[in-house]
Amino acid sequence: MKLITAVIKPHRMDEVKDALQAFGVHGMTVTEASGYGRQRGHTEVYRGAEYTVDLVPKTRLEILCEDDDAEQLIDVIVKAARTGKIGDGKVWSVPVETAVRVRTGEVGPDAL
Amino acid sequence: MTPEEVLEQAVTPANVGFVIISAAMVMIMTPGLAFFYGGMIRVKSALNMLMMCFVSMGIVSVLWVLYGFSVAFGDGFGEGNGGGIIGNFDFIGFQDLLGLDGSGDVMAFALFQLMFAVLTPALIAGALAERVKFSSWMVFITAWVTLVYFPVAHWVWGAGGWINTLGEKMFDGEYDVIDFAGGTAVHINAGIAALAAVLVIGKRSGFKKDSSMRPHNLPMVLLGAALLWFGWFGFNAGSELAVDNITALMGFNTMVATGMAICGWLAYERLRYGAYTTLGAASGAIAGLVAITPAGANVNPMGALAIGLVAGVVCAWAVSLKYKLNYDDSLDVVGVHLVGGLIGTLLVGFLAMEVGGIQQFVLQALAAGAVLVYTFVVTALIAFAIKATIGFRSSDEEEAAGLDQVFHAESGYDFSQTGGPVSAAGVTAAAAETATADPGEKKVDA
Repeated sequence: MKLITAVIKPHRMDEVKDALQAFGVHGMTVTEASGYGRQRGHTEVYRGAEYTVDLVPKTRLEILCEDDDAEQLIDVIVKAARTGKIGDGKVWSVPVETAVRVRTGEVGPDAL
Repeated sequence: MTPEEVLEQAVTPANVGFVIISAAMVMIMTPGLAFFYGGMIRVKSALNMLMMCFVSMGIVSVLWVLYGFSVAFGDGFGEGNGGGIIGNFDFIGFQDLLGLDGSGDVMAFALFQLMFAVLTPALIAGALAERVKFSSWMVFITAWVTLVYFPVAHWVWGAGGWINTLGEKMFDGEYDVIDFAGGTAVHINAGIAALAAVLVIGKRSGFKKDSSMRPHNLPMVLLGAALLWFGWFGFNAGSELAVDNITALMGFNTMVATGMAICGWLAYERLRYGAYTTLGAASGAIAGLVAITPAGANVNPMGALAIGLVAGVVCAWAVSLKYKLNYDDSLDVVGVHLVGGLIGTLLVGFLAMEVGGIQQFVLQALAAGAVLVYTFVVTALIAFAIKATIGFRSSDEEEAAGLDQVFHAESGYDFSQTGGPVSAAGVTAAAAETATADPGEKKVDA
């Protein structure tokens, strides 16, 4: 099994979700995140004082999948999330040792 | 209008009713100020800022009955005379006031003036945001209204107050100091006190460096500014203490000067920083309200616009001074209230209808200068005394943890669906030992 993590622009979330559903992904975990890579933040002005806000809001989604699906899934996310502008985010995968479905106790790929 | 004139007037239901409604409007300014300031603070100390303002309604109400009213205004109603420096001590506890003829007018006047005494120390709170012990702040309010506000209010508005009677002495009454609703007694007073206090107390750790110090809730700031603006009609127009032509002129000028000041502040920001900020609009409104406060009953509407424009532009510039001169007036009490108060108090010297000119300006400058010197010195002494005895500042760890947790045992907001760090098992009846423990010694989760 693999855990795929994607950090993307929040406004691309709907497209990514639709693409993943069309691909056949049944579930995912989504969290609000903030950070920066090559894209830096912006400047805000409060009563003449400039504040550099360098952490940019991002959406982080995590999906568990079978090993064979990982490459294609990453491809789906990348295509749906891309705007071509700086700050589009990153997608990566890591191997997963075990997974259990809490309700039934199913283990491994059956739990996905 | 002096208290003596109040008593000479027949008790009219319209005037008593008007003054009480005005008092209620001024009352809402203190919570309004709490929201205005509170929204500009970091989340972790927002409740502390609200409480620093709100508690003034508690403390000053008590002091007002005990001796505040008598010290500020007693000589207008009784035999005692404090020689122009204070009123008297004839009305300690208020008993003797209720027997006077026209006590309805006097009680309405006392209620109205109480709201001013509540608001003025609360204004100072913005300068000391996020870094003072709450108990020390309460001691400060008590000492400050006693030694500064009550006497200064007497000087300016008391029947025999020396600033109030200065024009008689210098110009045989041809000119009188103009401070209709509190440019000197309220705004210059609070502004210079804020400067003295921050110089004694010092900067927040992270001042000029920590980018998390931006306002946490600007809609709340705007709401607070709106409540202040609404209440300010009571503050300004109500200061006539009666329903007449002056009342209406003052109310009108309060609106238009404030509108002009918003335009002035926003124009300055757009040219200098490239954006029209919400905080700028809210701040511009307060700057305009402050500046028209002493002047609005004595200028025509074009004069009010001039005062509003100068206040909006100059205050927008003045709030950046703290970064150049390196003092942490956290929420710009100096830049808005001191500078705005000076603008209104001095400009009315020239702009006042009929009397405007150099003589009037000299009177205005003397009144402002006296309050500047006296309040700066006495406030610094009070702050030093508190610092040397019970300590004024919270510790660096408490400042980092947020004062809400340290002094109030609360959090201002809980947006987490999981209830944040509070678990059901963690909710128990507060034990007596924790309730009485010295908050300063509590463990701090920094």
